[in-house]
Amino acid sequence: MRVTTASPSWLRPLKGAGPATACLALGAVAQVATLLLLVFAGGPVGVVAATPVLTPIQRARLHACLDLEIPPPPKTGGDTYKERVLHWLQAGSSWRQVGYHLIAAPLIALAGLLALALWAASAAAVTVLLWRLGVGPQSWFPLTGGIGRQVLLTVVGVVGLYLAATLSKALVRLDTRAASACLGPSRADQLARRVAEVSESRAGVVDAADAERRRIERDLHDGAQQRLVSMAVNLGVAKATLPDLPEHARKVIDEAHREAKEAIEELNNLVRGLHPAVLDDRGLDAALSGIAERAPLPVRVKVDLPQRQSPAVEAVAYFVVSEALANVVKHAHAAQAEVSVERIGDTILICVSDDGVGGADLAAGSGLAGLAKRVASIDGTLSVNSPVGGPTLVSVELPCAR
Amino acid sequence: MRAVIAEDSVLLRIGLVKVLEIAGFEVVAEAADAEGLLTAVEQHEPDLVLSDVRMPPGFTDEGVRASLLIRQRWPDMAILLLSQYVEERYAADLLSGNISGVGYLLKQRVADVDEFVEVLRRVAAGGTALDPQVVSQLLVRRHSDPLDRLTAREREVLELMAQGRSNAGIAERLVVSESAVGKHINSILSKLDLPRADADHRRVLAVLRFLGVS
Repeated sequence: MRVTTASPSWLRPLKGAGPATACLALGAVAQVATLLLLVFAGGPVGVVAATPVLTPIQRARLHACLDLEIPPPPKTGGDTYKERVLHWLQAGSSWRQVGYHLIAAPLIALAGLLALALWAASAAAVTVLLWRLGVGPQSWFPLTGGIGRQVLLTVVGVVGLYLAATLSKALVRLDTRAASACLGPSRADQLARRVAEVSESRAGVVDAADAERRRIERDLHDGAQQRLVSMAVNLGVAKATLPDLPEHARKVIDEAHREAKEAIEELNNLVRGLHPAVLDDRGLDAALSGIAERAPLPVRVKVDLPQRQSPAVEAVAYFVVSEALANVVKHAHAAQAEVSVERIGDTILICVSDDGVGGADLAAGSGLAGLAKRVASIDGTLSVNSPVGGPTLVSVELPCAR
Repeated sequence: MRAVIAEDSVLLRIGLVKVLEIAGFEVVAEAADAEGLLTAVEQHEPDLVLSDVRMPPGFTDEGVRASLLIRQRWPDMAILLLSQYVEERYAADLLSGNISGVGYLLKQRVADVDEFVEVLRRVAAGGTALDPQVVSQLLVRRHSDPLDRLTAREREVLELMAQGRSNAGIAERLVVSESAVGKHINSILSKLDLPRADADHRRVLAVLRFLGVS
């Protein structure tokens, strides 16, 4: 179903010709600056020097006339003025801009002038009948002779208008393409920028997830956990201070007391896996003994890190050990496990090994796949070596700052 | 005996006051954060301080830091720290130096009132009380060492020693005679090359040093 009313088909070739012509006209005006630089200010060297000014002007022209958004070329840094100039001169993007200002833009402007002349001549030809009515037959060629000549001229003018529109639009397309290629960042630059943006937003998501875990931990600590403890304490006080209770009442209180203590234990284990306060406070080394101690099998922990790591790395490392040990408990039937964390160059190597039955598989939904995703979220890698019959070694490498 | 309490949860504070009263303590002041605790201690100079570890404004280890300050100024004041989670690292801070009259327990231990009352009295009398979870965390750190030479029973006894229990306390816990406990302890001390000491707290000190604390 067509909702918009299309312009009459005979007008369609003229559509968009206005902005295109304006763009060409402004482009020609801009070339006056280049021409002045070439003649009076050092020739091509002057154009090179003026490129940082010319580029924004051209980008503004295309934006104003065509709503075309060309991203700024990549910035070249440098501390001193000399360094900045040197860096600029060494950048490929700078010379692409110069190429546009020295070659592409002048050529297109020249062709643009032709298009403008065609517009003017065609406009004059189309209106020739009006001129004749206004000023009467004159000695000037188009206005002399019979009316037939003026009718012919009008037809030629109409054709000329269509030609001018087509030419203008073609030239602007050329200009657009040249400007996009020369004035903006190259494809590689654009991809690099995109990767940087994606990395940044991913880091943001990872941080947000960590912050959320901290918040939940804090909420549970201040809320449910305190309430449960205080309930268990009150039940304990009741047990201790009410010795003369009937047997069944004592039984109910005993039961509630035991339930409350179990609930505390379960909630503590759950919350401890989220994000312990000691991790922020004292770091990975201090936090790991807590999870190792909770495991219902002997676990040895060895951490050798010369300094604190970033919160994101510490959180992932903690999560890795916590989940890997939970896996050992659930699936491995192991007698003991070992956790080691050390830094090798600019990676942190985490190994969780056990003497269990092996056969752990990343694909088999053992929780290892989720672990691998969490590790990948900070550009780490996870590998599992677990032959059937054991032993199992889960090793994780996380990148870290030196 | 007079006690000061620091705990930011009002509900739990009420419960703690009751338990302290059962144990025969008079609660002279209650604080909701570390700063309030220090002021109250300054003002009342109590025999026992019972404090939460994680309190406003930072919710990390405010209680531990306040305790270290208190021990510096009043070395004889007994301090019992309670926490939702116990961490061997905080225990190490707390026990560096003088370990008499120090306790560090999970909050939920308060619910076992009879046992907790005993801990309160022990710490107030200059003894030591470490949560079993802290002791297991300390054992997690030990690598291929004389600990492996201990029998399962001796290991149990060692853990109870590290928690600060007396021979009688260990005997009661394991349901054995005190003389049997004494034999186990002798065997442990010789296997680990630890000095024999008569005073309970010096023995605890030796065991904790061995486990890497202080």
